[in-house]
Amino acid sequence: MKTKTPAIPYIVWMGIFVVIPLILIVIYAFTNFDGHFTLDNFSNIDVFLQVFGNSLWLALIATVICLLIAYPFAYLLAQEGPVFRKIAMLFIMLPMWMNFLLRTYAWMSILENNGFLNQFLGLFGIGPLHLINTDGAVVLGMVYNFLPFMILPIFSVIDKLDKRYIEAAQDLGANRRETFRRVIFPLSLPGVLSGIMMVFIPSISTFAISKLLGGGMSFLLGDLIEMQFLGAAYNPHLGSAIALMMLALVVIAMLIMNRFGDGEEGAVVM
Amino acid sequence: MKKIFSVFLALLLVFPLFACGKKEENVVNVYNWGEYIDESIFDDFEEQTGIRVNYKTFASNEMLYSSLKSGGSSYDVIIPSDYMAARMVEENMLLPLDYSQIPNMANLDAQYLNLEYDPQQLYTVPYMWGVTGIIYNTTMVDHPITSWMDLFTTDLTGQVLMFDNPRDCIGIALKALGYSFNTTSEDEITEAANLLIDQKEKGIVQAYVMDQIFDKMINNEAAIGTYYAGDYITMSEENPDLAFCIPSEGANLFVDAMCVPTVCENYDNAMAFINFMCSDDVVLRNCEETGYSTPSATALEQMDEEVSGNPVAYPASDILDNCETYGGLPSSTLSFYDHEWIRICLAKVKVH
Repeated sequence: MKTKTPAIPYIVWMGIFVVIPLILIVIYAFTNFDGHFTLDNFSNIDVFLQVFGNSLWLALIATVICLLIAYPFAYLLAQEGPVFRKIAMLFIMLPMWMNFLLRTYAWMSILENNGFLNQFLGLFGIGPLHLINTDGAVVLGMVYNFLPFMILPIFSVIDKLDKRYIEAAQDLGANRRETFRRVIFPLSLPGVLSGIMMVFIPSISTFAISKLLGGGMSFLLGDLIEMQFLGAAYNPHLGSAIALMMLALVVIAMLIMNRFGDGEEGAVVM
Repeated sequence: MKKIFSVFLALLLVFPLFACGKKEENVVNVYNWGEYIDESIFDDFEEQTGIRVNYKTFASNEMLYSSLKSGGSSYDVIIPSDYMAARMVEENMLLPLDYSQIPNMANLDAQYLNLEYDPQQLYTVPYMWGVTGIIYNTTMVDHPITSWMDLFTTDLTGQVLMFDNPRDCIGIALKALGYSFNTTSEDEITEAANLLIDQKEKGIVQAYVMDQIFDKMINNEAAIGTYYAGDYITMSEENPDLAFCIPSEGANLFVDAMCVPTVCENYDNAMAFINFMCSDDVVLRNCEETGYSTPSATALEQMDEEVSGNPVAYPASDILDNCETYGGLPSSTLSFYDHEWIRICLAKVKVH
């Protein structure tokens, strides 16, 4: 009893801002404008399958790229001294002090046909390349914005690894590659799994990035949901149903990930 | 002690939720489009009347509609466009205005009153009007632009910016095909959507944008796009190569109107604000700032002839007669718009 009291503010917070909104989404998803129970909102979901596929695919690519960049970076960073680490961390966090939309706008002026990048390449007689308003630009936006969420959990897990395991492996005759493959990597999996979740979930639900960098040429789940609230036909019921489907998709993805992480202690978000 | 602290913290977290509901004395809550007013007039209004203006902006009619529909917000004056005002009247979301408190209404030109969105002139006072049209860069387009169909030709591949909302974007294709903006025929809407899909698949469209068009046209990023006449005037100040065309098929003539929603809490202040907005000095300052056109006859007389004689801001009456306003559409048609819009959004570029 004594230990529970300090938790009250958090429970109140979660209740108001997590549980109640979730219940509202479920209620909206299963009702129509007259407030009657209905499953209609889910009946034409097949129309949106292509949107689900699109979003899943782009979010997956962004997550894999983030992982490929972040893991070696986090691994190398964990070997460095405290001063270097502090500076590196500062540089990872620095862009996040700026507004997310501003950063995405900045990419717009970099990638445009007359943008900085094409002007620079033009000096060497290359291009102009068609960069903006493509799926590639959307993935780039996701990777850029969400990369820190992959680096930080992986770094903190590798950093806290008990060095005695590595010494033991070396004592038992493992070379560097084997130590990494059989000791360090398996032990860092919880960090990798949280990183994947923290990149995958915002990637699959983003809509600002696809609007600004995709120029409306690629249409994602976030756009679809936004459209139900701000499109020509105001339909929060259908919007909630799609949001609920997306939630289910994310939960399934998390359950699958958790299976991979079985046996490792659950640093995973769930 | 710990317990008291925790409860206090919990209350602290919840408190802001109720604090929002606290009523402030003598304010008027105004909800308007972004960049659509000269904000310095608020100080003058407060000086004259003692009423403080709480000002917020929205980016689309649909955003305004959904924030009123979802509740929780209280606005005293809102400025939707004609078709949205019509929808709100139909759904009983607006209060009738007390015109006896708006004497400056007499300044307005009668041709902007009693329009189809408010035939009896009970709920609205027109604020600004304008037309949509084609903005193009004369250094990048080598033939004269006269028709909406010019947006669908392959010689402008990768250079066309289209509206990023279903009503305007599909509306343009409807007009290009010779149909009405207000058609409820699903066949016509489908035909228009197919035209847009074909345009996208051929790679003619560069992007679907709203206010991002400012940067893209000013920086020569695209050769041609569709937007509002008032915003063209703003853009052409930055990039003199830009030109504007009202296509021969006719464009959208829109009127944005000041209304009072049913959630209004300061009705008399709202009337005072609307009246203030119709006074000549304020109209002139707002026109100067935004580039849009005023329905006020008395203000137009005082306006610099360079502005009032500008055919983009004040087109000749035969061109205006050829334009069409958006009417309210039944919800089944609006759903169909969304359905077709998703088809357009999902189409992939096939050549590049």
